[in-house]
Amino acid sequence: MSIDLGLPELGGLADVPTASDSDAPQKAKDYKSDQEVRWCPGCGDYIVLNTMQSFLPTLGLKPENIVFVSGIGCSSRFPYYMNTYGMHSIHGRAPAIATGLATSRPDLSVWVITGDGDALSIGGNHLIHALRRNVNFKILLFNNRIYGLTKGQYSPTSQEGMRTKSTPMGSLDHPFNPISLALGAEASFVGRALDSDKKGLTEVLTAAAQHRGSAFVEIYQNCPIFNDGAFDVLKDKDEAARRIIPLRPDEPITFGPENEYGIVRSGFAGLETAKVSEVGIDNVVVHDPTVTDPAYAFALSRIGGQELEHTPTGIFRQINRTTYDDAARAQVAQAAEAKPADLQALLRGNDTWTV
Amino acid sequence: MSRETTTSPANATTDVTKLDRVVIRFAGDSGDGMQLTGDRFTSEAAAFGNDLATLPNFPAEIRAPQGTIPGVSSFQVHFADYDILTPGDRPDVLVVMNPAALKSNVADVPHGGILIINTDEFSKRNLTKVGYDANPLEDGSLEPYQVYEVGMSTLTQGALADTGLGKKDAERCKNMFALGLLSWMYHRPTESTERFLAEKFANKPQIAEANLLAFRAGWNYGETTEAFANTYEVAPAKLPQGTYRQITGNNALAYGIVAAGQQSKLPVVLGSYPITPASDILHELSKHKNFNVTTIQAEDEIAGIGAALGAAYGGALGVTSTSGPGVALKSETIGLAVMTELPLLVIDVQRGGPSTGLPTKTEQADLLQAMFGRNGESPVPIVAPCTPGDCFDIALEAVRIALTYRTPVMLLSDGAIANGSEPWLVPDVADLPDLSVEFASEPNAMDGSDEHWPYVRNTDTLAREWAVPGTPGLQHRIGGLEKADNQGHISYDPDNHDRMVRLRQAKIDGIDVPDITVDDPGGNARVLALGWGSSFGPIGAACRRVRNSGMDIAQAHLRHLNPLPANLGRILESYDTVVLPEMNMGQLAMLLRSRYLTDIRSYTKVAGLPFRAAELAEVFTDIINDTEGSGEADHVLTEATE
Ligand SMILES: Cc1ncc(C[n+]2csc(CCOP(=O)(O)OP(=O)(O)O)c2C)c(N)n1
Ligand code: SF4
Ligand SMILES: [Mg+2]
Repeated sequence: MSIDLGLPELGGLADVPTASDSDAPQKAKDYKSDQEVRWCPGCGDYIVLNTMQSFLPTLGLKPENIVFVSGIGCSSRFPYYMNTYGMHSIHGRAPAIATGLATSRPDLSVWVITGDGDALSIGGNHLIHALRRNVNFKILLFNNRIYGLTKGQYSPTSQEGMRTKSTPMGSLDHPFNPISLALGAEASFVGRALDSDKKGLTEVLTAAAQHRGSAFVEIYQNCPIFNDGAFDVLKDKDEAARRIIPLRPDEPITFGPENEYGIVRSGFAGLETAKVSEVGIDNVVVHDPTVTDPAYAFALSRIGGQELEHTPTGIFRQINRTTYDDAARAQVAQAAEAKPADLQALLRGNDTWTV
Repeated sequence: MSRETTTSPANATTDVTKLDRVVIRFAGDSGDGMQLTGDRFTSEAAAFGNDLATLPNFPAEIRAPQGTIPGVSSFQVHFADYDILTPGDRPDVLVVMNPAALKSNVADVPHGGILIINTDEFSKRNLTKVGYDANPLEDGSLEPYQVYEVGMSTLTQGALADTGLGKKDAERCKNMFALGLLSWMYHRPTESTERFLAEKFANKPQIAEANLLAFRAGWNYGETTEAFANTYEVAPAKLPQGTYRQITGNNALAYGIVAAGQQSKLPVVLGSYPITPASDILHELSKHKNFNVTTIQAEDEIAGIGAALGAAYGGALGVTSTSGPGVALKSETIGLAVMTELPLLVIDVQRGGPSTGLPTKTEQADLLQAMFGRNGESPVPIVAPCTPGDCFDIALEAVRIALTYRTPVMLLSDGAIANGSEPWLVPDVADLPDLSVEFASEPNAMDGSDEHWPYVRNTDTLAREWAVPGTPGLQHRIGGLEKADNQGHISYDPDNHDRMVRLRQAKIDGIDVPDITVDDPGGNARVLALGWGSSFGPIGAACRRVRNSGMDIAQAHLRHLNPLPANLGRILESYDTVVLPEMNMGQLAMLLRSRYLTDIRSYTKVAGLPFRAAELAEVFTDIINDTEGSGEADHVLTEATE
């Protein structure tokens, strides 16, 4: 006997109309708007934009059913460059706006574009509440570890001690780990990718789009102007092999030039790196993003640190949890079924008298 | 007040006095259930057919220490056999449940008024707690009043002795005892209260029974003891024909929003964060999801309006409700709605400010915040209801403006209107305005291409098209950055910005609002009393008093504050003096002076309570004497009905 737990069985795009066979096949250029892209030369945002434009046709949706909502920041200019519907809103508030849109329009694929300052500083509150509610939209956080648009102040993801325009003697703030933060808010989907890794990013975006609920994706994005090379250690081939820990569902988590390292359990609900030759491959953790207890994914997010000694990429967590917008619509439907919308009866109420 | 006394046949010792109106105030500790008691008495008066108005007054603390002055909660109800305009200046009857309630309310009772006092609470300890050195029941200080001492706690406990309820629980029903006694004194029908108690405590039959017993015990106490020489009758009022119900401003506002959703055939999405005195709008709307209403209790006010705006972008009727502090947080998003030119209803139920101020008291001091409280040139239409029932109509009017002109609209209610109640002539749904809208479905590019240009405007209204996501071929981007006229791409061009600023202003200035009407029964008034918002009642009542004393005064009330009615300038000019009472430091007066370059006599009071009719009548009389003062004898204000 199967028990109905009320979990979403549908994908994130289940209610979104798909392109019909008679429509011309979509190409990346169909998603390019006529606006000249105005990011600085070499900015990581370009690569993410290109990846998005080549990835969207694979979803097979009607372009008019896709909406990008952004906050403020360099990255938040993104919607202007997409030939979809879009709103470039105000600093930090995109998740709030997207909550209203996604709740009232299940037929849209809604994407929030945000930056490390936009999402984690001014908009931190909206971010965690969107994630805990599990509203069906996708949040792409462009993390360049700096405030780009305001010309180079430190951000909530900048390393301690970082010297910027506003911290000539070094930043005093301890940074957020965005993945840990999202998991702490019980996000149902959490992933990370590098701007330069088109394949990895596309994989995460594809899974995010199909996920029903809030999908949080951190994208490491280079800002050549104010924080150049922030992720170079992950882009240098040798360094990357040593540091990047690719997360592949159902596979043991190994990394290193020869896959000689692995992730093993440690202490109370923790994880650590170890030499596979020393612990044995059977003791290496097999990645399962569907583990309900967020402690596992959280432990994964703690591997490495602000210096990027180790950096897991891919999908940390992907679980089924009732979405806010599905539940909100279900309540409206349930109420409508239980009681007809009789306005005159509502206005009269139960206690009237006649003069 | 007119009176006429006969001896009641039912009880030979009790005379029945006919009154045209009565003001009763129930006052007790926050835990004594005074709001419920007042509310029930109001329902009885409504069921009887009186006209009525109410003024709940309660502390911001949920339960301030028991028996203290800050813990006093009161409910005033004014009922009459004619149409009244205010909850009454001063209570004719004050029911007090403890020394704190006496101390904080007795000064409002005119000499000769009735005090009904629960003597059981007048212990030495309770008296000391509120700083009474001597017992006011004994020291003669209450001599100017007709005092009725009733041991309500003991009597209630006695009446409930057989119910098996503990002493403490039994004592808690004493408010129903008080209600029963007052219902007897004023010949109120009791069925509605009996039905109410049975329904309210349907799951707790023992409590239902106890409250009912206490209610009846209070009634019987009046009937059987000979303590009360008089009972009183207030005949039903002669109101316009129709079906009536009692309604509070917040509920009327919620119904107006539901109705606006139905009349526009749009789903309603309310994004809101709890705040006194606006929360009841959220509570009420969340009960009516069957009308395709979604309510989102957001993480803060910014998220509340964000969700409403996001829904509006998607083609819903977006609404957000709050009070002044919440408007402060929403300002940036209101600016975004101005820039993106999306319809949005922003409700501000004003309370005492600044900052947290007086959360449960009323004020009209958010007008300039609504008007100007945003960065940049950011014009927003403003409307304000003048009575609790008017909240329904003003909600529909605000939505009409928002949808027709694609703009956020500020609706300024206030604490007095929100919690106050009055009989409401139930509207016929067939008479409600049609608010249906059309979404864009075709490209509108002025260069003949197949694009959607988001800032092409309707030539009459200057509204842009509402092209909602999901519409094929109309993909476009909007946002907070300045956009090129018509085409809607980002534009930093100086001339374009200047033009867009002026277009946004012209759109709001051009909103079609009805002319203001003037009430001047004699037609000879040289002084105009102008108002806006909840001061409608006290201003109207004051004008009646002035007129009853043989003077002329004209009254006009603004429901549209931005833009102002087109005929307002002419009207202001046609009076020698315009007096404008406001519960702020003269905010509308300031706007009118700068707009019309005409003087306004501003009368201001910011006490957290509505104006009193008597106070305004005096102000108006003085001004009339000033205006007409050409050596003749001054007009004198005589006692009047309201
Ligand atoms: C209310 C408000 N405060 C401040 C700003 C200024 N501001 C614009 S973007 C930004 C920071 C952006 O940083 P991030 O989100 O990391 O985006 P990036 O430019 O790096 O992509 C700030 C402080 C603003 N636009 N609005
Ligand atoms: S400042 Fe940095 S993040 Fe912004 S556009 Fe230039 S390179 Fe990109
Ligand atoms: Mg940044």
